Amino acid sequence: MYIEDTIAAISTPHGEGGIGIVRISGGNAEAIGRRLFRFRKGGDFTSHYLHYGAVTEPESGGMIDEAMAVLMRAPNSYTREDVLELHCHGGMLVVERVLAAVLACGARLAEPGEFTRRAFVNGRIDLLQAEAVMDVIAAKTEASLALAQRQREGALSLKIGEIRQALTRSLAFVEAYIDFPEDDIGQTDNDALRVAADDVLVSIGRLLSGFDEGRILREGISVLIVGKPNAGKSSLLNCLLRENRAIVTPIPGTTRDVIEESINLGGLAVRLLDTAGIRHTDDVVEREGISCALDKIPLADLVLFVLDTSRFFDDEDRLILDAVRGKRTIAVLNKCDLPMAIELPPEITTLPQAVISAGAALGVDGLRELIRTTFLHDVPLDSREFVAISRARHRDALVSARSHLQRFLSGLEEGRELETLAIDLRDALSAVGQVTGEISTDDVLDMIFSSFCIGK
Amino acid sequence: MHCYETIYDVIVVGAGHAGCEAALAAARIGCSTLLLTINLDAIALMSCNPAIGGLAKGHLVKEIDALGGEMAKNIDATGIQFRILNTRKGPAVRASRAQADKQLYRLRMKRIMEQQDNLFLKQGEVTGLYLEGNELRGVDTRSGIRFLGKTVVLTTGTFMRGLIHIGLTNYPGGRAGDLPSLGLSDQLRDLGFQVGRLKTGTPARLDGRTIDFSRLEAQYGDDPPVPFSFSTGRITMPQVPCHIAYTNQRSHDIIRSGLDRSPLYAGVIEGVGPRYCPSIEDKVVRFPDKERHQTFIEPEGLETVEVYPSGMSTSLPIDIQIPFYRSIEGLEHVEIMRPAYAIEYDYVDPIQLYASLETKPIPNLYHAGQINGTSGYEEAAAQGLMAGINAALRTKGLNPLVLGRSEAYIGVMIDDLITLGTKEPYRMFTSRAEYRLLLREDNADLRLREKGYSVGLVPEADFERFLRKRELIAAEYERICSSRIVMDSREHEFLSTHGLSDIQKGTTFEQLLRRPEVTYGELAEFDDVSRETVPEVREQVEIQVKYRGYIERQLEQVERARKLESTQLPADLNYSSIHGLTTEVREKLSRNRPETLGQASRIPGVTPAAISVLSIALKSDSWKRAGSETRLEEA
Repeated sequence: MYIEDTIAAISTPHGEGGIGIVRISGGNAEAIGRRLFRFRKGGDFTSHYLHYGAVTEPESGGMIDEAMAVLMRAPNSYTREDVLELHCHGGMLVVERVLAAVLACGARLAEPGEFTRRAFVNGRIDLLQAEAVMDVIAAKTEASLALAQRQREGALSLKIGEIRQALTRSLAFVEAYIDFPEDDIGQTDNDALRVAADDVLVSIGRLLSGFDEGRILREGISVLIVGKPNAGKSSLLNCLLRENRAIVTPIPGTTRDVIEESINLGGLAVRLLDTAGIRHTDDVVEREGISCALDKIPLADLVLFVLDTSRFFDDEDRLILDAVRGKRTIAVLNKCDLPMAIELPPEITTLPQAVISAGAALGVDGLRELIRTTFLHDVPLDSREFVAISRARHRDALVSARSHLQRFLSGLEEGRELETLAIDLRDALSAVGQVTGEISTDDVLDMIFSSFCIGK
Repeated sequence: MHCYETIYDVIVVGAGHAGCEAALAAARIGCSTLLLTINLDAIALMSCNPAIGGLAKGHLVKEIDALGGEMAKNIDATGIQFRILNTRKGPAVRASRAQADKQLYRLRMKRIMEQQDNLFLKQGEVTGLYLEGNELRGVDTRSGIRFLGKTVVLTTGTFMRGLIHIGLTNYPGGRAGDLPSLGLSDQLRDLGFQVGRLKTGTPARLDGRTIDFSRLEAQYGDDPPVPFSFSTGRITMPQVPCHIAYTNQRSHDIIRSGLDRSPLYAGVIEGVGPRYCPSIEDKVVRFPDKERHQTFIEPEGLETVEVYPSGMSTSLPIDIQIPFYRSIEGLEHVEIMRPAYAIEYDYVDPIQLYASLETKPIPNLYHAGQINGTSGYEEAAAQGLMAGINAALRTKGLNPLVLGRSEAYIGVMIDDLITLGTKEPYRMFTSRAEYRLLLREDNADLRLREKGYSVGLVPEADFERFLRKRELIAAEYERICSSRIVMDSREHEFLSTHGLSDIQKGTTFEQLLRRPEVTYGELAEFDDVSRETVPEVREQVEIQVKYRGYIERQLEQVERARKLESTQLPADLNYSSIHGLTTEVREKLSRNRPETLGQASRIPGVTPAAISVLSIALKSDSWKRAGSETRLEEA
């Protein structure tokens, strides 16, 4: 729904950076700029011109930060609305104060991706581009950025194009038999139709199985570290974090007692779900007991089950083992540098395992690789061939195309009327078309006339 | 210019298949109607093949009939072979086709027109529209008579600047043996119409006495022949067969040897021809691997030896035509009575029409048939009927009759034409109809009878018969939905012999009929009432039950589209003032000026996002407010 209010958001990534940008889009952007921005040398906004000055509090007029401001008047902006950007110093506190001031002037906090949505609604970009841009925004690592860019460049469109071509061809055959019974074009070749539909099903299946990986590349995975007290969870966490210190960005989690830490494992964005305060006081967490961590298990894509191999497998370990049953889990056998006392139950030995010593920083690379390959098993991350669908909307469209095709195949089997089979093919085609947003009217006829010699 | 004293309500220009339906419809609605034609002896002449119907075309004919047109009745009275096509496929794609006695067909239509009250036939070549300013007042003719009319329907067929090609020889003509219409298309261009050029062709007419039919495979019609019209009781004309023959490699060599003198391949013809109706040289060139091409040798009538070899149209020179036709087995000694030829003609881009077929540049002017870039008698007749109805409704100050894509093939065709325009002659195919299962020949009356009646075209008696039929269908459907298996001995017997032992007591007959193993006719084995059901009711009930799942799916789709289809776009909408549309979309909408959001959504390049922007703009009326502050697009 297109609503002409004015929205604002911090458009640089959270965390410390050189600058922080607050972006404002909508009819009031310029007025808000006039109210908050003091030009160093006086003057007024010129579109697409970077002005130097300061951002001030709307009420008191006190300076928040010195800043640069640029106004991009409609339609020559990303959203095709008036867009104002305030470039401040990068501290989160400063940027958040600037945003608060903007909101105090009547702007509404933008929803995630709303700038791009406006760009799409205003015809600035098409649907696939819009979605790819949103993915770029959300991309946390190089691999997901590359995926998003390839999608924008049309790798997915190309694959979808191939599927559409195959479906159009099958439909053209069916339609030709329906519309040209007096032309000498032979009988319906059910085997050829079946083979073609099977091939398309395989292609769709491949795209769908790429969906999970696409999602993983786009959104990253969440990993929960569990283990009984003193198993070495915090050491492990610190180990993983220390290696990635440069890109750690703490983000407040959805619940008060969970903190997310994002790290990059060889191109895979990983959010380590951790109980509150674990970085500061191990004791607090230990006292809260294991149950708190166990509650988080359903939220995680992967559980790292930390076992202290220098101690016996006890009831607390058993409790955790029961809790992770059926969950994707890696058994992290910690303290391998100490004498081994543990006897692993069969349920553990069947899990993927990593033998490490968090304290001595041994085996952590192996664990990193294990986490990565658990999710990106067959996917060559650097290959240009890799095409993944990464959006639920695309997945739904392909799932729906698949079910129409399956109905087509069963209809073919039952010998159902051609015109109902044509409906299944047509529905499959239009479902696939929803991914790229194209609608074709004459494609089928084009295909008929180029494939058959028809005419009286 | 002598001005004739009468002012007609409707003037129809052209007496082909579009013109006849237009003139009859207008006159039957009660308008004083003038029909002008270049040749009064060529009314409803079948210039190409002597046949009516076929896939999608048969559907159009039934729709014309349901609305109160004449084509179905005319072919029923003069048809000499009737066949239902696709009988082994489902009911939605079955279609009627008939061979006509070409001379009887035109004579009967002329007689019907001559007997029609309010309708006056005159011979004359229309050289231009008569306008006062931009106001249409009538037409001028070559013989110096000006006829005044409130509305004009142009159905010019292939006549406007018609140019006939036989090899590299060409000469002006509207059809072999008739003069072209000159001047009119130039005037239309001057009035702001986009005039283009199309091409079509027709095969030679052959002397049946010189064909050895014993060596060809005969193809007979259905026995008994099934009529087109919902009003026709039975077919009384004698029925004759067609014959099937094939070209061979030698035929193709002959064709190839003449390609350098084909006006098409030599670049003499500039008009675009239909891909679905290619000349034999097109077929040979485009499908070089095909060993033979089939032709139906169709009789042109009962009283003539002339036959029509379908699919064998050509514009090659006569010295190629003769050996080519003689290369076909059974035709070794064939004599050509009329040579094959191609014809180029002017048409007007139908994108400049409203759904009523009224032109956008000139109010009260309507276009129908080949002038709109279509091909086929049935397509022409359907448009002629709609144009005639709407011209008549205009003179009465009533709203036009517009059929939706979910209501009729006629609606699909007109929407395609006015939304997409056409670059090649447009022919109807069932695959063009997205709601194909709903648009069947068998239910054309259920879809359209009421509309035909409400505009005054369907006679009272026909309408009452229709109402009775509709009631019977509803009653019988109701009956089988409420009748249940009680498991008496006959039912028990029926179920076990049909392998339906899983059917429980209490199952309705309707549920039973949904099973693929059971036909309506078989219900009679235990259900005495169903034995009495008349065939037309039985057919509808059975289709409703058997197709139910798919019909419901399509009805849901219709329902989903209804909002878009019913949202009108104001005629004065200023697209450049709507913030949020791309330049491309603005240009397309401004040029096309769609009448509804649904139509807009079918214009290629108009994105779903543009449609949502449009619908929001309509709601907020922002296009009115924004009128002054036109925003420019970035490059």
